[in-house]
Amino acid sequence: MTDDELIWRIAGGSGDGIDSTSQNFAKALMRSGLNVFTHRHYPSRIRGGHTYVEIRASDEPVKSRGDGYNFLLSLGDSFARNPQEEAYYGNEEIKPLSENLDELREGGVIVYDAGLLDTDEIENFDERVKENNWHVYDLDLRGLAKEHGREVMRNTAGVGATAALLDLDLDPIENLMEDAMSGDVLESNLTILHEAYESVNEDYEHTHDLRAPTGSHDEEQVLVSGSHGIAYGALDEGCRFISGYPMTPWTDVFTIMTQHLPDMGGISEQVEDEIAAASLAIGASHAGAKAMSGSSGGGFALMSEPLGLAEITETPLVLVESMRAGPSTGMPTKPEQGDLEHVLYTSQGDSNRVVFAPGDPAECYEQTRKAFEIAYDYQIPSIVVYDQKLSGGHQTIPERVFDEEPNPDLGSVVTEQDLEEAAKEAGRFKRYVYDGEGGVSPRSLPGQKGGNFLASGNEHNEVGHISEDPDNRVIQMNRRMAKLDSIREELDADAGHQAVYGPEDAQYGILSWGSTKGVAEEAVDRLNADGHSVKSMNVSDMMPFAKDEVTAFLESVDEALVVEMNATAQFRRHVQGQLGRFGEKLYSLLKYDGNPFEPEEVVSGFETRIGGEDQLTEYNVRIESATGD
Amino acid sequence: MSAFNAIGEEREVDRDEFTPEIEPQATWCPGCGDFGVLKALKQAMPEVGRNPEETLLVTGIGCSGKLSSYFRSYGFRGNHFMHTARENHDMTYIVFDNEIFGLTKGQTSPTSPKGHKSKTQPHGSAKQPIRPLSLALTSGASYVARTAAVNPNQAKEILTEAMEHDGFAHVDFLTQCPTWNKDAKQYVPYIDIQDSDDYDFDIHDRGEAAEMMQTAEDALYEGEVLTGRFYQDEDRPSYQQEKQATGDMPEEPLAERYFDDDYEWERSYDLLERHK
Repeated sequence: MTDDELIWRIAGGSGDGIDSTSQNFAKALMRSGLNVFTHRHYPSRIRGGHTYVEIRASDEPVKSRGDGYNFLLSLGDSFARNPQEEAYYGNEEIKPLSENLDELREGGVIVYDAGLLDTDEIENFDERVKENNWHVYDLDLRGLAKEHGREVMRNTAGVGATAALLDLDLDPIENLMEDAMSGDVLESNLTILHEAYESVNEDYEHTHDLRAPTGSHDEEQVLVSGSHGIAYGALDEGCRFISGYPMTPWTDVFTIMTQHLPDMGGISEQVEDEIAAASLAIGASHAGAKAMSGSSGGGFALMSEPLGLAEITETPLVLVESMRAGPSTGMPTKPEQGDLEHVLYTSQGDSNRVVFAPGDPAECYEQTRKAFEIAYDYQIPSIVVYDQKLSGGHQTIPERVFDEEPNPDLGSVVTEQDLEEAAKEAGRFKRYVYDGEGGVSPRSLPGQKGGNFLASGNEHNEVGHISEDPDNRVIQMNRRMAKLDSIREELDADAGHQAVYGPEDAQYGILSWGSTKGVAEEAVDRLNADGHSVKSMNVSDMMPFAKDEVTAFLESVDEALVVEMNATAQFRRHVQGQLGRFGEKLYSLLKYDGNPFEPEEVVSGFETRIGGEDQLTEYNVRIESATGD
Repeated sequence: MSAFNAIGEEREVDRDEFTPEIEPQATWCPGCGDFGVLKALKQAMPEVGRNPEETLLVTGIGCSGKLSSYFRSYGFRGNHFMHTARENHDMTYIVFDNEIFGLTKGQTSPTSPKGHKSKTQPHGSAKQPIRPLSLALTSGASYVARTAAVNPNQAKEILTEAMEHDGFAHVDFLTQCPTWNKDAKQYVPYIDIQDSDDYDFDIHDRGEAAEMMQTAEDALYEGEVLTGRFYQDEDRPSYQQEKQATGDMPEEPLAERYFDDDYEWERSYDLLERHK
């Protein structure tokens, strides 16, 4: 926890414009030279309900949501249910204020809409304010918005008040509003922004010390989410076909792709369900397009059958799986890393697929590109698994991450010339030839002269005809499975996707996967600053597993804490299963309450474990030791 | 120059081209209606004028799914019927209707008559059979016909029409299962409703077509096999035409682009203004 950071939380109901307001404010902070990280917390309903967005901004790198927060803008929930009654959900109208107090740091600032919220309705409010040294500013944001425009513009009034209290320049905020609005709406919003700004400066005594940090960037930054990383990676690999069915949080990727594809001469198809979605992508790929589909856990379950079809027909396919808390519908808008085993093994038969788990938006971009490259070179399905946190959370990253050349290569496909030569040599084209290099046999596309073949979900012989011959079966199975070894070799020849952080000779390790990367790295910094000796590794190559890199890491440390957002330690057990050892060195830190880890939880988990304590009771997390090898 | 020269090739097409070079011995039972579909399809192809390498045959699972093994083309073996019909994709959909699940040894299928007894429905099925023709019409198919394996000439003509139709063409193909559905008729005698004086309706009129379909569906379980064309809408654009009209689908096949060395591929780097 540093003093020179701002963690601004805007709270209200779904439909109150929290998302768009926070997006613009985050951008304004980025434009002022700060590094920004956002965290979205929202319920599964269209209107109303406890919603907030946190924006963490600092001159230092920010890799997680941070611990707690220090500035609350509470708008009130204009879509609250039964505000006058004590309903099942309690008094919803007051929740944007009452529900957010527990995590507000000492000395923090509260701005609330006195036009909607009455602090008398919150138990011991004044005592808590005093106890925590909070600085409270009650502004009639609604009244101000109504006077100069419309009630919905009260979020703009809130931003104006924020800027005044933090000494922020209004120019970047105004510029962003000018980009997004025009005409009377823009005029009203600008007036409201200035009125609120001036009112706070003129009518209120500023008692707090908190100010917006200042900073500057060495290079141009962009504010993007993991979903942007994935979509842009796909576009740069020449993916021009996507099929899908809406499901939170995967819909983000689907929407971004759909926004761009028609302009690029591509195709986006919303279909009847996820079976159709994955099948359409397979069809498009079979016909010679670079294609993708995706879903979240429940929809991905429906893709099991087509996924197996892609494996046995060796049709290149990229699927993305955006995890949310399960089982079943679970908690649709909350993050969890509970689908690792689902993506690794779903579908009948021995699984034959590639799985990557990127840890941040830049890795989303890079690994989606790699997923396409491998899928088309090796004719195998590649899955990119990530979660709700990474899907919707935005982060500043250097613009140069995306300054890469497109790669529209279709991989291991033949041309009509190749087919003519094959006909001369072997009499006919063999789609599933036994001795393909690295397990890869040549692929033809419908419409090519001399390339016809049967892509069958049945086991098949070299030309594709159904075959139950035992020798053919073993040869074809071994050839398909050998592709994973070839892929591992190629990945090991690269620099590796596993992100190692901290001093090389550290005594202890933290092992994480996917979106827990940033929080683990921040915990490493804090622990080392406190005199511990710790490094971290975030693993992305789930299948084929990064055996060598993870083995080397675990051999170099006395003990490692495996941090993941699920209840059954899926990743830790995957590590043990893949490596067949290290059971004595591994401990899990598990969290599955629907909220991502905060750095302090990882720090405390580590210290509890090293201190020999069994469990820490302060947080919603659990420590578990590994068993067996 | 195209990288896909089999597409749109101007030449005479012979039915024998659709026989695989290494012809696998068909695993269908003697007297199976599936032979009738294979034969009719091979006969229809020269009429349509398409060659094997520009033809994509997608089949399902079970005996009927093996059609793609015995027909030379770019094959693919993969219930999304309703939406595909609704969207009017330009394709021909052949349903092998034998009122039974054959390969798994004779269980009741959705077109088995009510009361049909099998090992999985020992007391007789309590379910009404699906009305395949009405279902196709209601779902949005723009061409609906019924033919039978025992009527090869009509089958060839209907498959040809179906493939030439711009939009979703549904062909309910009665394929007798001599092994597992012995009680069922061999679909003889059959009546071609266009040739019969007993039936007079306009195939372009949804209402009249719907009525005719109901008659045919009920008659089948009474032992009267009514086949022929039931519905056609030639004015409705196919899905592809609709999408192209709104700019949501390119005019050229996507695959060509990957073989075009001069194509300027768009970059995500040029989309970043919105993120600054």
